Amino acid sequence: MENKYVEMDLNEEINSDKTENRFLEFWKLFRRKKPALYSLYFILLLLVLVVAGQYITPFDHSEPNYSNILSSPSWPHVFGTDEYGRDVLSRVIAGTKIALTVSISAVLIGAIAGTILGLVSGFFGKWIDKAIMRFCDILFAFPDLILAIGIVAILGPGLQNVIIAIAFFSVPSFARIVRSSTLEVKELLFVESAKSMGASKRRIVFKHIFPETIPVIIVYFTMNVGTAILSAASLSFLGLGAELSSPDWGAMLSMGRDYIGTSFHIVFFPGLMIFLTVLAFNILGDGLRDVLDPKTRD
Amino acid sequence: MLQFTIKRLLSLLPLLLVVSFVVFMFIHFIPGDPARLMAGQDASLEEIEDARNALGLNDPILVQYTTYLSSLLQLELGESYRSGIPVIDLISDRIGPSLILTFLSILWALVIGILIGIISAVFRDKLPDRLGMLTAVSGISLPNFWLGLVCIQIFSVQLGWLPTGGVNDGLKSYILPSFALGAGIMAMIARFTRSSLVQTLKQDYIRTGRSKGLSSQSIIYGHALKNSLIPVITVAGLQFGFLLGGSVVVETVFSFPGLGQLLIDSISYRDYPVVQALILFFSVQFILVNLFVDILYSLFNPKIRYD
Repeated sequence: MENKYVEMDLNEEINSDKTENRFLEFWKLFRRKKPALYSLYFILLLLVLVVAGQYITPFDHSEPNYSNILSSPSWPHVFGTDEYGRDVLSRVIAGTKIALTVSISAVLIGAIAGTILGLVSGFFGKWIDKAIMRFCDILFAFPDLILAIGIVAILGPGLQNVIIAIAFFSVPSFARIVRSSTLEVKELLFVESAKSMGASKRRIVFKHIFPETIPVIIVYFTMNVGTAILSAASLSFLGLGAELSSPDWGAMLSMGRDYIGTSFHIVFFPGLMIFLTVLAFNILGDGLRDVLDPKTRD
Repeated sequence: MLQFTIKRLLSLLPLLLVVSFVVFMFIHFIPGDPARLMAGQDASLEEIEDARNALGLNDPILVQYTTYLSSLLQLELGESYRSGIPVIDLISDRIGPSLILTFLSILWALVIGILIGIISAVFRDKLPDRLGMLTAVSGISLPNFWLGLVCIQIFSVQLGWLPTGGVNDGLKSYILPSFALGAGIMAMIARFTRSSLVQTLKQDYIRTGRSKGLSSQSIIYGHALKNSLIPVITVAGLQFGFLLGGSVVVETVFSFPGLGQLLIDSISYRDYPVVQALILFFSVQFILVNLFVDILYSLFNPKIRYD
């Protein structure tokens, strides 16, 4: 009995060493990708803004100041003020929280559902595989944003429904990518040996195959967050997402476009923030792909 | 070739049926009673019942779907709740500007995208490649509605060269919207052309060409480019959906009288027959473009036809 415990402890230690080594190896390679590294720093900075943004914004993002409307960028309003005299910088910072929460939660839901479907489809094959892949084909037949607009048209506008819509159209691409990775891993020797040792199907799928698909999922997840930010901002811009009075980047552009002739800064800064954030996720995704999934490079 | 085209067309039928069924179900997914929606807010119970009969909502779903399908085939898409005008007339009024806009966007995106891709691949890992790929990753990350607004600010408001919106100035009205709409797809085509050409340049027949003493130029333009552009067509087709979605946003920025704006207007007025017809229209357009791309692909790559 005692021996068994010792053995388990040893196994865990070996496993944790393996994970640590893999991470160090990854970090050594990733560190050399300068653009991706700086993008990661930028995203970490954005995450700090998400958590601590409300404590460091110079002004209250929703507080109107009618004596100071549409003023150009100058001290203390570095990004200027909007049509209600609200500080644009504070609103852009507050918008970080909305953009990242909406996009990351939408892609996370899509990734979880897609990964499960992809694993099941790739591992079991046969009619289950066919059924899941046909379901994906149907979703692929609709252009992404049109599908999202359709879903929001049914459910009604609002950020929660935007999350559902984006999650929905993220599912098939995750399913496909995890399926193809599962098909590759399934044929590897260690899966075969797990099978021959009588491991249950669930154990093989989740303990042996799933961990091997994680790198691909991470790469794809990062790239999809960028797309999700763009889609969510587009939906808010069209009046189908966030409330127009909220500090959502897309909604700020939608409200500000009436003033572009005179006060271009109202639309310039939120748009620039969308661009930089999406750019950072895309460059990070490219860097991660080069390191984690080198065969798809070039 | 003809056989392949027919086979491909036939394989499309089940997909079209399923897509039309999903779009048909759209009206049933909307919370609330479609008959009440059609009859209006202050309709009497009798009027609602009439609307229910007119919509055939008392029939079983499959019967309703068959009716829907047969009217689709006769291009009867119902009437707008808002204006009473047949949906098909609303669509045909606005289809022209939208198609021109999409065509111009994909045209410039293909030309410039392929060009940037070639330059990047030829100068792989050198400065032109870095600049080209920086342009590409920026293009993918740009929100098209913001790009549109920035263009309006520069070229319409400050320089006064181009109109801020609408289609009253002929071809000039299309320049900014098609630029804003095509930027993202241009970037994706550039990236894909680069990687496809880089892959091709690693092939054995290219090495043979080099060992025969062919010049770099004749290898790239005479041999590699032709083969690496074939998969680019497929990517362009797949990205067409991105373009259709983008057109809704860009048309809103430029107050463009196209189908995208009609969709957004109809959603805000809860004019569901129009919304339903437009979603079907966009999806069928996407499916047909990809069919066309597949056929084109098989034309260039005979291997596909025999698989």
